[in-house]
Amino acid sequence: MDLYAALQITWWLLLGVLLIGLATMVGMDMGVGTILRYVGRTDLQRRVALNTIGPHWDGNQVWFVLGGGAVFAAFPLIYATAFSGFYVVMLLLLWSMIMRPLGFEYRSKMSSRAWRETWDWALFVSGFVPMVVFGAAFGNLFLGAPFHFEWNLTSVYTGSFLSLLNPFAILCGLLSVSLSAFMGASMLMLRAEGAIHQRARTLARGASILAVVLFAIGGVWVRSLRGFVLTAAPAPGTAQTPLQQSVDVASGAWLHNFIGHPLLWLVPVLGFAGMLGGHLAATRGRSLWAWWLGATAWAGVIGTAGVALFPFLLPSSAVPAQSLTVWNASSSQMTLSWMLGFALVFVPLIIWYTSWAFYVMRGTVRGEHVASDEHAY
Amino acid sequence: MHDLNVVDLSRLQFALTALYHYLFVPLTLGLSMLLAAMETVYVVTRKPIYRQMTQFWGKLFLINFALGVATGLTMEFEFGTNWSFYSSFVGDIFGAPLAIEGLMAFFMESTFVGLMAFGWERLRPGQHLAVTYLVALGSNLSALWILVANAFMQSPVGAHFNPATMRMELSSLPALIFNHDAQAKFVHTSIAGFVTAAIFVTGVSAFYLLRKRHVDLARRSFRMAALFGVLATIGVITLGDALGFVGAQAQPTKLAAMEALWTTEKAPMPFNLVAFPSQSEQTNHGTLQVPYALSLLVTHSLDGSVPGVDQLEKDAVRRIHDGIPAVTALKTLSANPSDATALQQFKAHEKDLGYGFLLERYAPDVTQATPAQVNQAARDTIPAVAPVFWSFRVMVAMGLAMLAFFVMAVIYTMRNNVQDKRWFLKLAVWMIPVPFLANEAGWLVAELGRQPWTVYEMLPTWMSASTHSLGYMIFSITGFVLLYTVFIVVEMYLMVRAIRTGPGTSPGFGEDARLNPAPEA
Ligand code: HDD
Ligand code: HEM
Ligand code: HEM
Repeated sequence: MDLYAALQITWWLLLGVLLIGLATMVGMDMGVGTILRYVGRTDLQRRVALNTIGPHWDGNQVWFVLGGGAVFAAFPLIYATAFSGFYVVMLLLLWSMIMRPLGFEYRSKMSSRAWRETWDWALFVSGFVPMVVFGAAFGNLFLGAPFHFEWNLTSVYTGSFLSLLNPFAILCGLLSVSLSAFMGASMLMLRAEGAIHQRARTLARGASILAVVLFAIGGVWVRSLRGFVLTAAPAPGTAQTPLQQSVDVASGAWLHNFIGHPLLWLVPVLGFAGMLGGHLAATRGRSLWAWWLGATAWAGVIGTAGVALFPFLLPSSAVPAQSLTVWNASSSQMTLSWMLGFALVFVPLIIWYTSWAFYVMRGTVRGEHVASDEHAY
Repeated sequence: MHDLNVVDLSRLQFALTALYHYLFVPLTLGLSMLLAAMETVYVVTRKPIYRQMTQFWGKLFLINFALGVATGLTMEFEFGTNWSFYSSFVGDIFGAPLAIEGLMAFFMESTFVGLMAFGWERLRPGQHLAVTYLVALGSNLSALWILVANAFMQSPVGAHFNPATMRMELSSLPALIFNHDAQAKFVHTSIAGFVTAAIFVTGVSAFYLLRKRHVDLARRSFRMAALFGVLATIGVITLGDALGFVGAQAQPTKLAAMEALWTTEKAPMPFNLVAFPSQSEQTNHGTLQVPYALSLLVTHSLDGSVPGVDQLEKDAVRRIHDGIPAVTALKTLSANPSDATALQQFKAHEKDLGYGFLLERYAPDVTQATPAQVNQAARDTIPAVAPVFWSFRVMVAMGLAMLAFFVMAVIYTMRNNVQDKRWFLKLAVWMIPVPFLANEAGWLVAELGRQPWTVYEMLPTWMSASTHSLGYMIFSITGFVLLYTVFIVVEMYLMVRAIRTGPGTSPGFGEDARLNPAPEA
């Protein structure tokens, strides 16, 4: 394999790492938002719940920003085609997401009950909706999106917004919400006590079981979905456009990679193991274990999707031959190399100082602290 | 094919969301620096007042920061959602600085801002100071990278077109980063942020001095900000001049619009202080000129001259004709990438491909273009002169006004009698909106002056937009307007409330006892 193809694969893997980072870190914060009204019955309890992630949500959110930037830099055709094609859904995602910074920052700046209730709902919407969209987007990758290209690679999308809300996508969306609720709950178990801790634990146990069920249904369902197969294309690692390949569509084809390389079954197994292990850990009250097993579950789920689709990134249901793959949607060798260099330097640095920030803010968040700290949310 | 109404609406939406984002950005850039300065004084002198200052201005900083982050989030994805052809055409180059911005700047600024707000009791003073510096560094690094990206659109260097992938690709990252335009833009823009924060701090401090509240904090803040502000304003003006100098070379059409230069004149050229440009007649009404000044300003010599609109349109006609074979060759290559004659033809005319695209707007089959269509495309290369001309003058006038203001502020605060100059304190409060307007005006010059291109001389704006329906665009613009209006109302309300509450406690703090009558068992 030549260098360019190796870089393309590396960036495909790095994209996976980023998505896992995004799902784990942002998903956790969004989970706290989603379950906020359930775990926190009084205003003070809600403030405690928010302050468990208070110092970190902003840093965590950058995984999402970086996700956008990295797709732009490494797979510009995906950035261009997916985000414009899924226009209305993207807007719903963004509009709900941008309520979060304000929800955190502004909620406790006034003491009126109506004001705080409003922001609590805003935090719910901005936790729940983005995670549904995140999962549903993966679901739609399996189905393909109705787009094609003109001669100069202007992408044209021919589907409607509603077709994106199909049953398979909704299933994936719910899976994503339940994993995010699980992560949020395990964070609350870790850093809150008393009633919040108890309710979070109940929720974590339920969410992990729900995730197992949804993931299993999804697995069975994929067997009957129409998968895509690349039948002819320029070799990996050659400069190409999506106008030069042929693609077949066949029922069950999304399982071909697993059948061809049985070791890959370990990836979905990892997902199940994370969810079941997370359930056990939550039951036993091992909060830190629950959190890490939840992250493992995300790795398994996102890995499963990536492996099933490979080499496709965004199949086209309108003109399958113009589907986007790792080989035809990536940046040039020079851009991929530079970006790899930057990632190798900065990702470890980011992980290091993020860990330090969590270390500095470690320990249980208590009601008295929140009520007596004028910086608290 | 693009619906041109959709293109216009996409521009409108981008302009609205970017200008809105940029209401919050300059204050973040500058106030983070001022916070670091105040906290440095605290750590060195250990006087509690400086800690109180840092915390108070820090609170206002965070209210502003939240909206900066929220509106930045949508920007990060708007290139994909609304400028999809642009994104695939130059993503290989343009995506890199955006991703690096995330890796190097946003993570730093956002991780440490949490510690800055919550870490006062958990970090040693030196550690907390370091955290504040990292927030300031992170914000300003983010400006650097986004401006590297923007400078590529203004002056595309370090890139080439690759017919095999039908897009532009990176040839040199260092060339992209060390683009002269990027350097000049970065310094001018981030220092403009310092000016903004300095005016904000002097204005709010003046409000307290007028009411004789928090006098110690207000006087110290006023003095620091005034000194910071006078230096920053001098910097902004010097570097604005440098930016004009760099820009004059890179974008002659923008310069012609900024100065309303319809006809090419011999050196030394006069500067149009006031003029009412008419695009259709290609002339100015009611001009007030300063002799020699333009040559001095843009070429830094008396015998320098720059082309006017007449000359620039002639050049454009020539380049459009040269772009026609480039576009036709590219069409052949799209269907058959190994066609050697087409490749050769393309190479010969490659540099004018963008001008060919410009013509495609009027003549979808460029080989059939009429001379009238070519002239139409050539006329397009001149941006809308009046708004660029006037935005530029607004920015410069405000810059000079702020310089005068800061010079006086420094004199009064050094003589220690600013608290007695009530008219000046009132003026200081009224100055608060000025830098925000100057910043917006600056972006209007930069972006309107770049038209009709998204990437100067490479990619026209009309091709760059996503192929949405009109309905989608109306939906999204309506949504943005509604949401952003609510946001700004809430933000302004909280900001004013926090200013009225003053230093000491957070607004809302200690008030929520009645919301939590009895702790749950
Ligand atoms: C000259 C400076 C500048 C300019 C031209 C822009 N920004 Fe910005 N941006 C900042 C300077 C900045 C900042 C100072 O770093 C912000 C503003 C307030 C803040 O909190 O950080 C920020 C926040 C911010 C965020 C949130 C980061 C986070 O979560 O911490 C994103 C995603 C963007 N921006 C993206 C963009 C995009 C895609 C732009 C181009 C259209 C853009 N910004 C123009
Ligand atoms: C935040 C500061 C910015 C402001 C206030 C701003 C302002 C504007 C304005 C007013 C327009 C509309 C011009 C027109 O179409 O008539 C515009 C368009 C645009 N700007 Fe900027 N801009 C900013 C930053 C940037 C940056 C940093 C980039 C690139 C990284 C950028 C890329 C674009 C693009 C792609 C368009 C749409 C195409 C076009 O109409 O030219 N802008 N911007
Ligand atoms: C008084 C002297 C000033 C001069 C000569 C000047 C010059 C310029 C020029 C020539 C541009 C256009 C850059 C381009 O070619 O695209 C520009 C842009 C800009 N200016 Fe100024 N400016 C001045 C003052 C200010 C002030 C006081 C502010 C704000 C406080 C400001 C903020 C901006 C911003 C935000 C931009 C857009 C970003 C960029 O292109 O760098 N400027 N300025």
